[in-house]
Order: sequence, then C-alpha cells, then structure tokens
Amino acid sequence: MDYNLHKLRAEEISLLIREKRRTVQEVYEYFQKRIAKFNSTLNAVVRSIALDKFSPPNSLLAGVPIIIKDNICIKEVEITCASKILKGFISPYDAGVIKRLKKNSLIPLAIANMDEFAFGSSCETSCYGPARNPWDKNKVPGGSSGGSAAAVAAGFAPLALGSDTGGSIRQPASFCGVVGFKPTYGRVSRFGLVAFGSSLDQIGPLCRDIRDCAAVLEIISGYDENDSTSVEKPANFRDYLKEDIKGVRIGIPKEYFTEGVDKEVEKVLGEALKVLKSRGAVIEEMSLPHTEYAVPVYYIVASSEASSNLSRFDGVRYGLRQNTQTLTKLYTYTRAQGFGREAKRRILLGTFSLSSGYYDAYYLKALKARTLIKQEFEKVFQYYDVIISPTSPTTAFALGEKINDPLKMYLSDVFTIPANLAGIPAASIPCGFDKKGLPVGMQIIGPAFGEGKIINIAFSYQSVTNWHNMYPADYEGN
Amino acid sequence: MKEIEVVIGLEVHVQLATATKMFCRCPNLFGQPPNTLICPVCMGLPGSLPVVNAKAVELGIKAALALNCHINREIIFERKNYFYPDLPKGYQISQYALPLAEEGFIEIEGKKIRIRRAHLEEDAGKLIHSSLGSGVDFNRAGVPLLEIVTEPDVHSPQQAYDYLTQLKTIMQYVGVSSCDMEKGFLRCDANISLPRKGEKLGVKTEVKNMNSFRGVKDALSYEIERQSEIIQKGGRIIQETRLWDEARRKTFSMRSKEEAHDYRYFPEPDLVKYTFTEEEIEKLRNSLPEMPQVKYERFKKQYKIEESLLKALVEEKNLADFFESSLRYYPQPKSVANWILGPLREIMNIKRIENIENIALSPDNFTKVVRMFDEKKLNNIATKKLLSLILENNENAAVVAEKNNLLQISNAADLEAWVEEAVRTNPKPVNDYLSGKKNALMFLVGVVMRKSSGQANPTVVKDLLVRRIKDEKSN
Repeated sequence: MDYNLHKLRAEEISLLIREKRRTVQEVYEYFQKRIAKFNSTLNAVVRSIALDKFSPPNSLLAGVPIIIKDNICIKEVEITCASKILKGFISPYDAGVIKRLKKNSLIPLAIANMDEFAFGSSCETSCYGPARNPWDKNKVPGGSSGGSAAAVAAGFAPLALGSDTGGSIRQPASFCGVVGFKPTYGRVSRFGLVAFGSSLDQIGPLCRDIRDCAAVLEIISGYDENDSTSVEKPANFRDYLKEDIKGVRIGIPKEYFTEGVDKEVEKVLGEALKVLKSRGAVIEEMSLPHTEYAVPVYYIVASSEASSNLSRFDGVRYGLRQNTQTLTKLYTYTRAQGFGREAKRRILLGTFSLSSGYYDAYYLKALKARTLIKQEFEKVFQYYDVIISPTSPTTAFALGEKINDPLKMYLSDVFTIPANLAGIPAASIPCGFDKKGLPVGMQIIGPAFGEGKIINIAFSYQSVTNWHNMYPADYEGN
Repeated sequence: MKEIEVVIGLEVHVQLATATKMFCRCPNLFGQPPNTLICPVCMGLPGSLPVVNAKAVELGIKAALALNCHINREIIFERKNYFYPDLPKGYQISQYALPLAEEGFIEIEGKKIRIRRAHLEEDAGKLIHSSLGSGVDFNRAGVPLLEIVTEPDVHSPQQAYDYLTQLKTIMQYVGVSSCDMEKGFLRCDANISLPRKGEKLGVKTEVKNMNSFRGVKDALSYEIERQSEIIQKGGRIIQETRLWDEARRKTFSMRSKEEAHDYRYFPEPDLVKYTFTEEEIEKLRNSLPEMPQVKYERFKKQYKIEESLLKALVEEKNLADFFESSLRYYPQPKSVANWILGPLREIMNIKRIENIENIALSPDNFTKVVRMFDEKKLNNIATKKLLSLILENNENAAVVAEKNNLLQISNAADLEAWVEEAVRTNPKPVNDYLSGKKNALMFLVGVVMRKSSGQANPTVVKDLLVRRIKDEKSN
C-alpha cells in the first residue's frame, strides 16, 4: 500500500517503521525527495543531513525524520545560525536535545533556515536569503524559526525543532498554520543551542498535530547535567491528550486585543473561543496591565544578553576571520563582515544598556519590570488555567514589508514576548484563516510547568476542528 | 612639604588545586602540550554552557574561612565582558555583587591586613608568541581562581612581601593551592598611592606583571621612588596601569584611566544562584587543618626549640607535618628540626625537589639517619651522603650506610695505622704543632680523614694524633 507519508502523523510513520512496513532509509528518502522538489521555492532548509547510524527503533517516534533549526548543534554537521560569521563551523558535539532525539532513534533530516542568530520575526535576516511562506510565497513564514515552520507546513518532515526567545517558535507556527510549542524555561536543555537571550531561550517543537507535539516534548524534556538552568519535572504530556475541558478557566487579556490587532485575526480567534466554550471551557475577559512594558523590557534584556553572547564570535578560534595586521582590526573587520544589520543593531543596543552609567536606568530597570510581569502571571494563574490570545496581531506579512522598520517588526512579537519574560509555557495552535487564505494562530499560555493544561485544551480543540490538517495547495501532493 | 605616606592594596589570584576546571570537566593540569585540555565549554564554542564545579566552590570557601572571611550565604556569578584572544567567550565568568566572601584579614606581626573580598572566577588562556606568529594555549582557560582583594592596609613593600608569604602559607595549609608563582598558580597585582599625611588615598597606579614575591617588593619600591620624585618636583601622579619590567627593573605605563575597560558586568544567566546553609559552612570550617599561627604557638610550647627554626618549620605545612611524624620515631625535636631545615632541604634543593611531599624518604627512615648521627655512628659528611643516597628511594638507612662504608670508625685500633702514617709523612705540621701552632693539628686530622675516605671519627682521630705527637716528643 502506498502512503502519502507527509500526511501522516509522526507516530503513524514510526509505527510503519516499527512494524517493518517501511524502512528508516525509505522514509528518510521520501522526505529528502520532497525537500529536493520544493525547497528551491521556499528556501526553508539550508542543508541536508546525511543519514547516519541510528539506534534501533525504540520509541514512539523512532525513525521519524526531524528538521533542526540552524542554531542547534549536531555533531559533525555545519551549524551557522544563518550568519556569515559562523559559515563553515562544524559542531564537534551534539546539543542536549539532539542526544535525546538520537537516543530515541529520531532522524535529523535537514537544517532549517532562520533569522540570523534568531534576531528577527520574518526569516529575512538570514545570510541564506529569506525563507518563504508555503501558503503564499510572497509572504514571510515568520521568524526566527521561519524555516522550521515553513518546512513542517510544506510537509518536508512531520517534525521540526525551533527555538523561542520572544516568540520565535509561536509566531512562525502561526504564520504557517502549524503547531508551535515553547516549553517552560528550564524544561528543555539549552546545551548546544547557540545562545541569543540566555534567560529567555527555549527549544521547542513545531509539527502539525498536538499529539506529535506532546510526544516530542516528552522526549526532549528533562534535566541535563550540562545545563544548570534545566530542571527535572514530570513530563507525561500524552496523559493530557484528553478532550474534556469542562470547567477549564480561560482568561482573555483585554490588553491583547488592542487596535493593532487585525480585525480578521480577532474574528477568527473569536470563533475558536466559541468552540472552546461549546466544549465546556469557562471564558472570561481579564487584565494583564503590565503587558505594555513587555516589548521594551524584552528588547533591553534580550539584547543585553545577546551582546555578551555574541562576543565569542571574534575570528580567533572558529568561523569567519578577516586576517589583518592588528588585533583590533581582526575583531572589527571580522565582526563588521560577519554580522548582518540586525545582529549589529542588537549588539549595539545591548552593549549600550549594560554600559556603566546606563546600566541602572536600562538593564536593571528592565529586570525589575520583568519581575513585575512574572508576578502578574503568577497571580492570574492562581485563578485561570490558561490564557488565550492571538499569537500575532496579524497574519503573515509580505516579504520586505517590515524589514526596514525594526520597531514595526518588533511589534509582531508583542503577544509572544510576555511568556518568555515570565519563563512560562505557551503554544500556537492553527485556528483558521483570514480572507487572503493565510493561517491564524491561537496562543495558549500556561503557568510554569503547566504544559499539560495547554496540551489538553489544544487537543480538545483539535478534536473538533480540522485546521491542523489543512495543507497549502502547492505542497499537498508529491 | 608635608610628609608622604605609602598606601598599598593587593589583588591576588590563587589557582585552586581542583581536579577539573571551574565550569567544565577538563583536567586542571599544568605543563601539558598546548590545547590538549580543552572542550566545547572552555573553548567557548557556540551553544556550550558552564556548570559550576562544586569542588572549586568548596575550596574557595575553605580558603576564605582560613582568611577569617564572612561567607555570603547566597552568591551569584557575573559576566565580565571584554575582548582578548585568550578569553574564549569574550567574557570572563567572575563575581561582582554577592561575591563568595567578604571582610576577612591576615595578621602579620600583630597588625591586621583587612581583606575586602574573595571571589571565584575562571582563568583565561595564555598567549604564546614565537617566530611563527602568535597562538593561544587554552589549557588554562577555565581553571578556577580565587581573587583575594585587600583593603589599602599595606604600608611598605616589605609588608606586601610578608602578606604574600603568609597568604601562601595559609593557602598551602588549607590545601587550596601550591601558590607556585613561577607556574602562575599565584599572581599579584598591586595598587599603590602616596598620599600626603592627612590626605586620604591619593592618586593610585596599578602595577602588574610581577613574577615573584621579590618582584612585588621591588616593583613597589620602584613605584614609591618614582611617585615621590614626581610629587617632590610638584608634579601630578596619573591614574594608570603600569607593567613591571623585571629585566630593566622599572615600571612602564600600559594604559591610562581613560583607556580602562567598561566591563559591563551583569548576572551570568547560564548559572543559577548558589546558596549555602549554615551547616555546610560549619562542616567546611571544621575540616580546616590547624592554621599556621596556632601551630606555631603549639610547637613553641610543645617542643621548646629556637624561634627561627619554629618559624621555618611552620611556614610550610608539609615540613611541619614531616617534623611531627619524625618525632614519633625519634623524639629529639632540636636534632630533627636541624636536620630537616638544614641538610635535608639543602639536598632537596640540589636535586630540585621543591616539596618535601615529593621525596620518597619516610620520616621513620629519616630519623634512623639522624639517630645514627647523634649516636656518632655517622659523621656530618657521611650523614649528608647517606641522606642523599636514600632520599629518592627510601632504602633502609642502616643497610645503605653499611654497604657504602659510611659508618664512622671510632675504634682506636682501626685508626692507629692512618694516624701513624700521617705523623710520619708530615714532619712540618707535627713540628708546627709542637711549637704551639694548634691549627696544624687540623691539617693532620684532614690527612687521616682523607685516608679513611671520610669514615674516621674526627674527634677520636684528634685525640689519637695529640697522644701520638706527645709520644713522638717524649721519644
């Protein structure tokens, strides 16, 4: 029997392999073929990974190909963060998540395009050129994990990993009509994730179906001795794949429904909430008054950390190096050549915020505001199970539309940033389309280590809707 | 002209003798081929993360406790940002707010040198310059350091020297570091200013690049001279960093205050807060060995030996330990102390063994040698020779002495022939002696010693010679 493997769930593909109806090799080649056929338009992946030795099928997702964002280290694979400064860097080690994937016999298939060092919301700052949205190739796929989202939406693989510092998994998932999940800070090891904002970064999955998402999360969650900020907590996420959401309290923050939100997005989300209500959820409007500070706080904290994190790219040990006569020139020429405009902007912003004389007014103040935002969430989660909002104020925007207006670009993360500042889990779930036929995402935010609550609601919603099964027409067939 | 004071503050970096580095599991070893002790973490590869070495924290606490510091119950690490090729990440993980320890002191001859803070940080790599160009050895990158900063309580180069000596002794006692300055296990920078009497601190210069305790003393003496000359000429001291040039015996300006770095410290987000309980700290405090000051007082009471010997013994914990172990086999403190501090150390120097820990000779076997000397079975030269023979193999002292004919010959009958020959073949010294030149006798003793290959007991020989010459005269 012939299967359209790209229309199957990851678990179903793994079952075919474990029942020996397909070999790992066949599945790998099937998806590589799709990449070969479609990637020239989408530019969603930037390089393929050769099929390596793999552990014998031993897990629910054994043998399933997975696409990895270009900022997660895989042993003996070139990892560049879509930056010229890292071109040619071959990682000598596996990230914590990659070790876990390999141990569970998942197959790293290809490296996904992204915004340079994850700085961006459109995938346009990539040194490989922009990735495109499978629903409309003139639109951006979102960012920074735009390549991962576009690849899953176009059926390059059933699963992808992205990273989320201020919405970098959820916003592209929303733009591409797939599920994207940012776990609680500390849930997933950051070891081997090239750092952007160390206190904000989390790796998470992108896929079509919340069931696959729960399965991947179970595999990648847990304490890693190489990451001091990681923690061990129960990760029985599949237990939450239940339809019942009767009495579940959902808060709708009024600050997330401002004039900046596209009317159609608001409408689509309203429909989705009706579905949840019909299933028994209790939906209430509520308030998160500190929301307006999230974006400025984020851009100080994230850029400060980034400015320090990017210092190691100096041309001395690896990556790009401009050979010059003096040490100062080695640094300045290498970094001037190697970093793109947005990376430079963030380095300058962060360096400024941390400088003596400005530290108290910017960085320190931002930390205090961050604590307030965190406390605000803790407070509302004493009452609400989850909070729901649009993932992004708009659907996918056009290529080039915001690239020269950083402020406008930053605002496309206005709803996703608070969860990173608070360190709490949040997912984007496909919940419909606007009139242009572009996907809309529903963001579900949960309390710290409350991934299960998000999964429960997402599964309940998915069980009576079909958005997660929609395919962009050009990529539906083989 | 008002009188000028000298105000010095010292910043010492001590490498902690852990098995592995501060934030990764690479071995902490000296003298390995370049870049053989490295991993993604200490090389600052993309994606790598630090993990605190609990052993380093423990050693740091023990050191700080020994320096009478208060240990903060909650500490954080921070990033100190600057660019240099030996700094892999472009920042050093160090401490700024909430350091490991604060408010300690070292007492030197009744005067307290206050310690402002002691904090943990990682070392950088090392630049290597050769004809081929410059390279970086990252073996040292990430090695744990304890930075110990004094208040400006030091008032002379000699006091700085004494502080360092005492600090080294304490660190060695705690087992935190060997403090070998030549290997860079201890590094010292100094801040020095010459305020006029009544003025608070004056404008300071920071002096770096001293490679020995003596170098610190010399560099500070030079700075005092340089600064006072400027002040006396009515000039101004510039706040700057200066490098000590050991060969030229001068300091040179490295950078001025304006060129100083803005390190942009901020809390290291890759590490979590570290907290200690009262019990943990008490446990470490109780694990500390007897400190040098206390040991000195105890030795003084217990052993009743010269102060200079006591001081020398206590200065190195291993010497003191060897001394006390030896006394268990041969309870003669004076003899044992003299032989350890004199000949034994001399032989170690010749053999280039720095630490008594590294000799094979056991205290038991060592005291056999001392006892043989005290019992006049060995003369001075033979004793040293015997020590030298067994220092690195710990072979049985008695057996080796016998085998190498080192035992002293005190029996008159065995010496008679040599004495007879010496008198017969050296008529002039004999006559000299007879005519009152007593020194001539020592020449004849020397002749007998040579003939006996050093084995003759010189005291006995002397007696025999005197008697023999008297006989000669009466004949």
